[in-house]
Amino acid sequence: MSDTIKNPEQQQRVRVERERRIAASRRNKIFFAVFIVIALVAPFGIYPVFLMKLLCFALFACAFNLLLGYAGLLSFGHAAFLATGGYITGFVLTEYSGLGTELGILAGTAASAALGLGFGLLAIRRQGIYFAMITLALAQLVFFMFMQSSFTGGENGLQGVPRGQLFGFIDLQDNLNMYYFVLAIFLFGFLLIQRTIHSPYGQVLKAIRENEPRAISLGYNVDAHKLLAFVLSAALTGLAGATKTVVFQLASLTDAHWHMSGEVILMTLLGGVGTVLGPFVGASIVVTLQTYLSNSPLGEWVHVILGVIFVLCVLMFRAGIVGWFSKLIQRNFK
Amino acid sequence: MKGLRKAIGLIVAAGLLSSTAQAAISDDEIRIGYLADMSGTYRDLSGPGGLEALKMAVEDFGGQVNGKKIVLFNADDLNKPDVGANTVRQWIDEKNVDVVTGLVATSVVMAVNKIVEQENKLALISGSASSALTNEFCSPNHIHWVYDTYALSNGTAHAVLQEGGKDWFILAADYAFGHALEADLTKVIEAEGGKVVGKVRHPFPSNDFSSYILQAQGSGAEVVALANAGADMVNALQTASQFGLSQSGQKLAGMVVFLNDVHSMGLEVTQGLMLTTGWYWDMNDETREWAQRYHKRVGRMPTMAQAGVYSSTIHYLNAVKATDSDDSQVVRSKMIETPINDMFAKNGKIREDGRMVHDMYLAQVKTPAESKSEWDLYNILRTIPGEQAYRSLADSQCKLIKN
Amino acid sequence: MTILFGVPLSVLLGQLLLGLINGAFYALLSLGLAIIFGLLRIINFAHGALYMLGAFVTLLSLQYLGVNYWFALFLAPLTVGLIGMLIEKYLLRRITGEDHLYGLLLTFGLALIIEGLFVKLFGVSGSSYPMPDALKGGFNLGFMFLPKYRAWVIVAALIVCFVTWYMIERTRLGSYLRAGTENPKLMQAFGINVPLLITLTYGYGAALAAFAGVLAAPIYPVSPGMGANLLIVVFAVVVIGGMGSIMGAIVTGLLMGLIEGLTKVFYPEAANTVVFLVMVLVLLVRPAGLFGKET
Repeated sequence: MSDTIKNPEQQQRVRVERERRIAASRRNKIFFAVFIVIALVAPFGIYPVFLMKLLCFALFACAFNLLLGYAGLLSFGHAAFLATGGYITGFVLTEYSGLGTELGILAGTAASAALGLGFGLLAIRRQGIYFAMITLALAQLVFFMFMQSSFTGGENGLQGVPRGQLFGFIDLQDNLNMYYFVLAIFLFGFLLIQRTIHSPYGQVLKAIRENEPRAISLGYNVDAHKLLAFVLSAALTGLAGATKTVVFQLASLTDAHWHMSGEVILMTLLGGVGTVLGPFVGASIVVTLQTYLSNSPLGEWVHVILGVIFVLCVLMFRAGIVGWFSKLIQRNFK
Repeated sequence: MKGLRKAIGLIVAAGLLSSTAQAAISDDEIRIGYLADMSGTYRDLSGPGGLEALKMAVEDFGGQVNGKKIVLFNADDLNKPDVGANTVRQWIDEKNVDVVTGLVATSVVMAVNKIVEQENKLALISGSASSALTNEFCSPNHIHWVYDTYALSNGTAHAVLQEGGKDWFILAADYAFGHALEADLTKVIEAEGGKVVGKVRHPFPSNDFSSYILQAQGSGAEVVALANAGADMVNALQTASQFGLSQSGQKLAGMVVFLNDVHSMGLEVTQGLMLTTGWYWDMNDETREWAQRYHKRVGRMPTMAQAGVYSSTIHYLNAVKATDSDDSQVVRSKMIETPINDMFAKNGKIREDGRMVHDMYLAQVKTPAESKSEWDLYNILRTIPGEQAYRSLADSQCKLIKN
Repeated sequence: MTILFGVPLSVLLGQLLLGLINGAFYALLSLGLAIIFGLLRIINFAHGALYMLGAFVTLLSLQYLGVNYWFALFLAPLTVGLIGMLIEKYLLRRITGEDHLYGLLLTFGLALIIEGLFVKLFGVSGSSYPMPDALKGGFNLGFMFLPKYRAWVIVAALIVCFVTWYMIERTRLGSYLRAGTENPKLMQAFGINVPLLITLTYGYGAALAAFAGVLAAPIYPVSPGMGANLLIVVFAVVVIGGMGSIMGAIVTGLLMGLIEGLTKVFYPEAANTVVFLVMVLVLLVRPAGLFGKET
């Protein structure tokens, strides 16, 4: 998949990027400010638990996008990291209830990062489809492990995870407290990803994605760079899973199933691969659809509707919704 | 005026009668949420049909209780505990739903129960199988209505043991539900002098069962018990019939077999199968009449889970009517107090652990020649009295009983 | 009785034979996937849905048109093959030249739509298809009772696999196909209608899936989800065999059936997982799969 984004249209974009960059960064800042304001008041109008779910999945998609959009690696096994984060955090918080929630989440994130390192060491040398398939296979093994282990509760899942207290004094059982905590986690993850992309390291990643042989000849240790991106993505995915477990107070096999790995691809693609806001938008749409469709008379059509969106998206909005919009803006405001 | 009365009521309740909950219907509406698998494996067991049964119950009440409107919400849990838990949490937080019904996949039900208990609402469980729901996972906030793994395995195994099948081979689904069934079953077999000569746990779900059936054939067991459900059970049964399991002298016993399973497999494959059921549409005039009414609306005959949704809702609404309250504990006490006598159960009783104890039926699937119509599928062999069918309170690990 | 690893030899033989039968299904399905991947470079996520369609065409044509099993054996692949050609011509065609990822996603979306529609129409419980009279009963092999139908499955699947292999590797049409895989532009220049070739290839791959669906109908419950469960295993088979390798798909399909069969005896809980373990191991040692060429 090294030739992911290479059509003439996008090469054109690369050329005009320099002129555009200043305008874009100003626009991004405005977007970001608007987002913060909306995010701060949202729980007073919209159901907080739903918003938290949305943020968790958005973080998941952003972490995935870091890998696919900026390192050009399609992982089909990211469910394993989401589930690991969730199960480890759930287990730690249930067993050691004296522990602060933040430490529990940290433990889940660390576990995911470690697993990511393992996956990465095995898979990173493979390319394209083979990379996707080996990550899928590894994730299936992890799924099997979770199903067989007794601490995960198997098919029943790990239930009744206490939300506990943040730093020992903020009660997270309260939905609003929990919401702002989740928002903070999301912003942390989101900004970390932005920093990474725009750092020198992120530029090397992009160079590798565009032309791997050239990056090698320039003396970069390509595998090490990719591995770092993979571990970072796995850790942030774990963070999303850990947070989700605390919000819902449960961890289940759904998170480990390969469908979840497929779903995050859908979210990212729908929003726009390699765009800053794309994964967030994609995750919002998918989660909203899933949540509200299942409560409507269209409930039985969820799969069909998601399928139609998938197909339309691939046929008509390959750049994703955000990619399509930014093209539109570019055209009209140049 | 109403506000004033409510305020006074609140003050009185808080100040003087803190032990008795207030008698009032919150929001002047009775809000019922129906949560079930509407699109997956258990769709035909409960699904949209169960929702229709719920609507029938509400209509039979004229849509209101003591002048207070009954409002329904429904959602698909997709068999995912996180989806189910999220939905119910939202129902309670935003809509102040009083009672949740339907409830099929055990994993979903366990997640929902935690929330219902936290928020002190009520759950009426019709579709779910695990007997753990009223054992180690019991709570004062849910009632398990139709059947459970203990009653099903106990009823069928007991009958088969009496006919002389002593050596058993257990084919169990490899997850919590299958393990629970396997454990319940083993206990019954060993208690009655039988022996488990072999067992195999298959992945859930499995595509091909020929290998396991061959292992069962090679085990020399007289009875092969299927401790799995839904598509896996159907698949295993079909495979057994192709490999001539019964011709080679072995007997098959399905532990969790529903009407929709038998209907979908057809009598050719299932004939002669012994099973335990909590209800069957063709038992008496009362059941037939209700089932025909249901059939007109849905186009299928109701399963026991769907009939259970109707029965539990009616019983719940009657208790609301009698107490003029939708407070969970007030209603629950009333429900426990009142025996259940309707088309679903005769003299059914809800125990302290939340188990609704009622008679179960040992049934045998008809041969194609015996069956007179599409849904004419079972011969009811005998009635298993409720006290024998369900796990006795003496063996209970329920926290509500131990105290 | 000879005992091997604590299991009587006769039992082991029976299990291996059953494994081979399952392997025949894997071979048929992965063969279709491999052909499609070879020419279109698309990971066909809709393959499971096409397999399911094959079984449903068989079932419905019996129920509504009275078409018997033997006709269905031709009718279902033909119908589903046509559907496949339509999918290729009107949908997949539009993303030629784009990243592989999009083909995978498009077919994944299609699978969701087809399976969702069938759930809506027929429920999820599934129905059973009556065993054709000629194939009822079975043979007593001494170590096991082998239903005639299972024997027929393995014979039919192997014949179809072999014929397909022969067509691709030994005939003129096949050479076009292989050349089209290597260099479509050059083929076009030689006056070969490559787009038509691609449409036919996808159609043939779909027909193979449907053929497997017909074979499955009398022994497995015909339900909308029947393909989705199998698909991911078949992917693994194709990857282990080497993406796009015809012989690799067939041999690996059979091999994985055998390995799975043995797992069902020694560690049944892992039966659904063993194929992924093999996949990880194979990819670590031979990144392009057992029969694949590294590109």
